[in-house]
Amino acid sequence: MSSYVLKRLLILIPVLIGMTIIVFSIIHAIPGDPAETILGQKATEQSKEALRQQLGLNKPWLQQYFTYLGDLAKGDLGKSVRTKEPIAKEIMPYLAATLELTFTSMLFATFVGMNAGIISAWRQNSWFDYIIMVIALVGVSMPIFWLGLMEQWIFSIKLHWLPSIGRMDQRDPVESVTNLYIIDSIIAGRWDQLWTVMKHLVLPSIALGTIPMAIIARMTRSSMLEVMKSDYVRTAKAKGLSQFFVVYKHALKNASIPVLTVIGLQTGSLLGGAVLTETIFAWPGVGRYIFEAISSRDYPVIQSGILIIAFIFIVINLIVDLLYALIDPRIQYK
Amino acid sequence: MKRWTSVFLALTMVMVFTLTGCGSKSDGKQASETPKTTDSTEKKEDPKPEEKKTQDTLVFGRGGDSVALDPAIVTDGESLKIGHQVFDSLLEYKEGETEVQPALAESWEVSPDGLKYTFKLRQGVKFHDGTDFNAEAVVFNFQRWSDPKSEFKFEGDSFDYYDSMFGPDGSRVIKDVKAVDTNTVEFTLAQPQAPFLQNIAMTCFGIGSPAAIKEKKENFKSEPVGTGPFVFKEWKRNDSITLEKNPNYWKQGLPKLNKVIVRSIPDNSARFNALQNGEIDIMEDLNPDDLSVLESKSDLQKINRPSFNIAYLGFNLKKKPFDNVKVREALSHAVNKQGIVDAFFAGQAKPAVNPMPPTLWGHNDSIQDYDYNLDTAKKLLAEAGYPNGLPDPVTFYAMPVSRPYMPDGKKVAEAIQADFEKIGVKVNIQSPEWATYLDDTKAGAKDDIYMMGWTGDNGDPDNFIYTLLDKDSIPGNNRSFYVNEDLHKILIEAQKEVSQDKRVELYKKSQEIIKKDIPWIPLVHTTPILAAKANLKGYVPSPTGTEAYSNIYFE
Repeated sequence: MSSYVLKRLLILIPVLIGMTIIVFSIIHAIPGDPAETILGQKATEQSKEALRQQLGLNKPWLQQYFTYLGDLAKGDLGKSVRTKEPIAKEIMPYLAATLELTFTSMLFATFVGMNAGIISAWRQNSWFDYIIMVIALVGVSMPIFWLGLMEQWIFSIKLHWLPSIGRMDQRDPVESVTNLYIIDSIIAGRWDQLWTVMKHLVLPSIALGTIPMAIIARMTRSSMLEVMKSDYVRTAKAKGLSQFFVVYKHALKNASIPVLTVIGLQTGSLLGGAVLTETIFAWPGVGRYIFEAISSRDYPVIQSGILIIAFIFIVINLIVDLLYALIDPRIQYK
Repeated sequence: MKRWTSVFLALTMVMVFTLTGCGSKSDGKQASETPKTTDSTEKKEDPKPEEKKTQDTLVFGRGGDSVALDPAIVTDGESLKIGHQVFDSLLEYKEGETEVQPALAESWEVSPDGLKYTFKLRQGVKFHDGTDFNAEAVVFNFQRWSDPKSEFKFEGDSFDYYDSMFGPDGSRVIKDVKAVDTNTVEFTLAQPQAPFLQNIAMTCFGIGSPAAIKEKKENFKSEPVGTGPFVFKEWKRNDSITLEKNPNYWKQGLPKLNKVIVRSIPDNSARFNALQNGEIDIMEDLNPDDLSVLESKSDLQKINRPSFNIAYLGFNLKKKPFDNVKVREALSHAVNKQGIVDAFFAGQAKPAVNPMPPTLWGHNDSIQDYDYNLDTAKKLLAEAGYPNGLPDPVTFYAMPVSRPYMPDGKKVAEAIQADFEKIGVKVNIQSPEWATYLDDTKAGAKDDIYMMGWTGDNGDPDNFIYTLLDKDSIPGNNRSFYVNEDLHKILIEAQKEVSQDKRVELYKKSQEIIKKDIPWIPLVHTTPILAAKANLKGYVPSPTGTEAYSNIYFE
């Protein structure tokens, strides 16, 4: 298995290089003068020209690409054109914010989605099953934008239960160490802030987790239905094991392999694609970071940001593949 | 391994329970325990004694984050808003106006030829790092901005406002800045510049601590040090900027607040939700649609920013038939400005007649607008040789982004489109993404007509008319490619003229020329709305969009 892991890690290199080529060519094909966009309407022609030179925008395309690749090999992600800060340093808080949100969203989606799917399959064609499947269908097609604003309206404005925006109580903040605020508030021993940080996570996690939750529920249901028909489950039932034990212990394990794939893919897509949720909930995550870089033509940030997301995505997929082996020893790697 | 999986699953479930289930359950309990308070959840966590005291922390909600915190290197409004709290300029604008008054400079003298300005500086002022503010500091800052080889011009920095207000390197208006003694600075100009004092008062010319600039180098743009009412504390990018009271501020008794937290909340509706939930105390850029909700809430108030902008519809004079003034006049009669104001601005705008707002001195009130009359429009089109309307569809660039002067460009464009089609002008609306939009309109190859706008930077008509309509601004802000030599002569003369009365006359004349040539259809001057808690007092919004928060307090 260790050789498999090594092989998978080595494959990463050509994949990432491929990514750089794709991202680089696409963003350079977008029309719009970066100098004008970055410096704004009020900048002079002189400084725009200076910026173009500094960015190397007047050099040939291929030369620009190889300079970028060379820097990347040295571990230099470049500097943001807009803020002039090194990207490697700048992206960390955004990444932490996104990880925190993605993690809780996926916990929500996995827990609710899997259980709903399991119970639906267990009680196939019951009222519960129908209701869950309708909810799952609505969940998949619900616009996040609308869902987010509705959540705010109900839980913040009407009920005053939960905060509507941000990551923690800014009036009395905890010092950032890891930028993962749950951990930061534990380090600082601030249990009151830990509580607020968790409350801040609830609404955006539900908004972001709803679609994956619905997908996971449907996937779990169909996968469970298939497994429930198999011989070994019938045997287990025949042995007189309790229904709960059969479903959660025997059937779930084999049914969870396709579900795991879906969870992995969904987690990956949430990482970079949470722009809408991050916008509604003023969540300073990596999706918004890249989105803003795109609208201001901040080439280095777009390139490196997407590359980092791609890297994490690939790592998550690797973890999923390894988990297959853990769950089902019959799966072997050559 | 099997155990491993079950442990993992169990842990997952436990975490979700604590985060979602328990979270809302106990929240519910908390809320029912204190049914009377409609305060935010945030406030409930404040320590008990704080509740008795009046609030001394302001949380400000705005749409975007700052790009950098050194106001000299930026041009965007969001950055300047923070710069204005941390830095002071030599002069400043009166609260809520654009008239200049003393700030770091207590008084000034101008030589009769308008070439020498001598400023007497305020004594005893200290930068936030404890160093003294003096003439040397002023000289240091101006040299940093003007010398392209300055060692304190750090990688990637450009002093755009300095270049655009005082001319680019090679043709600088400010020839020399020297310290006469500790508290006297003398500026020598290469040529008279009428709006000089007005320019000096801009936030971008806030004086930074030389010691801090030398020590922090390129970090100065994220750790600014000035003499302003608030001291920079922390910047969480795209999230919040925290400022604290400057206890040694030179204005007696100010600032009244202890702390200001400026939060970036991109979505207008979400920002309004946060205000209603008490998470922020004041917000900018309310959706016109939310105005009725705001007005129905007794715990909130509406604050109007003075109107100091223009939204306009520009003609691309490089394209036929828009090079024909008759066509432009015809279309000017086909825009129902009042209708647009009523339909899309919730009444928070006025129809525009000239390319600058009526609140600005020099505005020519005697100019009559082209009235909304489709018959006249048709007649004029016929006179221009198009009795059946224009043969080709017109490409109309409508802004894809919301701006204070134009919250929803596409909707307004659709309204204009409907009217244009009534006089036989087919309109094809395009809204490419903002960067492409700016690029295309600047190049002028794709658009026939376009929508754009401007908010004044300082209280001078030059900043509207010269910047937007002079031939010097091609390529750039003059996206109509409008060239009129007479106008150019007048505008240059007005820049050098020292007598205010003469300048008023010159600008009035310039507006007559523009009215006749019709490079634009001026659309509206809007009144941007801020929404705040009702107990917030002392907020005086500035027309330029940048005001100090030093007079704000809570009742």
